[in-house]
Amino acid sequence: MNKHFAGDTAVLLGRSLRHIARSPDTIITTVITPIAMMLLFVYVLGGAIRTGTGSYVNYLLPGILIITIASGISYTAYRLFLDLQGGIFERFQSMPIARSAVLWSHVLTSVVANLISLVVVLLVALAMGFRTGADVLGWLAVAGILVLFTLALTWLAVIPGLTASSVDGASAFAYPLIFLPFVSSAFVPTESMPGPVRAFAENQPVTSIVDSLRALFAGQPVGSGIWIALAWCLGILAVAVAFAGLIYRRRVG
Amino acid sequence: MDRAGAAIRVQGLEKSFGQVSVLRGVDIDVARGSIFALLGSNGAGKTTLVKILSTLLKADAGRAEVNGFDVGRQAAGVRESISLTGQFAAVDEILTGRENLVMVARLRHLKNAGTIADDLLRRFSLTEAGARRVAAYSGGMRRRLDIAMSLAGNPPVIFLDEPTTGLDPEGRLEVWRAVRELASGGTTVLLTTQHLDEAEHLADRIAILHEGRILVNGTLDELRKLLPQATVEYVEKRPTLEDVFLALVTGEKR
Repeated sequence: MNKHFAGDTAVLLGRSLRHIARSPDTIITTVITPIAMMLLFVYVLGGAIRTGTGSYVNYLLPGILIITIASGISYTAYRLFLDLQGGIFERFQSMPIARSAVLWSHVLTSVVANLISLVVVLLVALAMGFRTGADVLGWLAVAGILVLFTLALTWLAVIPGLTASSVDGASAFAYPLIFLPFVSSAFVPTESMPGPVRAFAENQPVTSIVDSLRALFAGQPVGSGIWIALAWCLGILAVAVAFAGLIYRRRVG
Repeated sequence: MDRAGAAIRVQGLEKSFGQVSVLRGVDIDVARGSIFALLGSNGAGKTTLVKILSTLLKADAGRAEVNGFDVGRQAAGVRESISLTGQFAAVDEILTGRENLVMVARLRHLKNAGTIADDLLRRFSLTEAGARRVAAYSGGMRRRLDIAMSLAGNPPVIFLDEPTTGLDPEGRLEVWRAVRELASGGTTVLLTTQHLDEAEHLADRIAILHEGRILVNGTLDELRKLLPQATVEYVEKRPTLEDVFLALVTGEKR
């Protein structure tokens, strides 16, 4: 690893964070959809959904947090694409900097931006009556899973950021990710779904992650589900990093 | 390493994209501290050559050395020695001019990035604009900032790929002044252009790149000798539109 990796990444991270600070609309547009969904599901549809637990907002929040991340990471693809379009990417590549710092700074920016978005959504949920019995360790575990999931999806977003041929293409890939929570245990228990749909829902990453978050928020034991959740996150992360790295090296020669 | 000799040395360089061969055996030598203009029309291969020399592209065949470093095998050494200003101003629009300069100075691992930024702002008459976001800059200001960013850390070799494309006449003169200043400080400048007068005004040596080959390479006087003896004609020298424009626009300041 290049001896300048940490320093170069820090400089470029500072640059991207300034972008976010100067256009906070990227945070606002990220949180608006999850918050609207939360309002819709809690106050309009929630009354008809039988989850078997007390408060529906408590049941719903983990899925909403996943949707927040899924919509937030598309900005990484967008910002990376813009860097490639303008000359600044070539400027960085022709400078004596650590090659991977350019990608890592975008990824870390995504983690920071998504954490801000998650806190905003969490505050709205608290105002809507969300309550948790999680202790400090439980909160740390929740934060750990959310950061890991953000990292995994952000590296996934790096791929369209590097390969897209238009701005729309770079950011459009996130839409299917936003719908993944709907076919999971995020909004309704999977038991209510017909066979094949239920089989898909129970074996896709969102369900295990949502179930683990829900257990942690409730202060209950997470069981073996958390290992499946972590395995999914690490698996997606490893595959996405490998592919993004391959495309990046091919791109920068 | 040949310190006194050529800053850029290119021998038999070839590059194709798929079936299209863009460079077909290019040879040039650029002396230290000189301004070398690579003249050619669109698609002649100028940008490809600059990208290879700045380690953004790999050549298919041939050798290229910059500041004594091989562009293929010693890319890190080349990147320490050069700076590239491409056809599109590579500046961050959301940051201020000063923030752009500080960022580049830090990425070059220089101490006192702030002082370096302030010096460069002064040299390029951008001190007043330094605290404004680049999005509000004119084309000429952006290009000046772009060139200023290239100078952080005083790299010995600078590539300017069509530095005046898309600029108004005033912006063009601003850039020319900046380029001359660079060379007077001992920096080697390789600039590409499709404007003949630009090469004529700035360059110590001029090479014409056409369809991937260097057609001629020499000083302006040497190139002039390639043409038949000048004939003497009497013509009334009328001011060009550029003379008129500049006289009117800059006249107020004088």
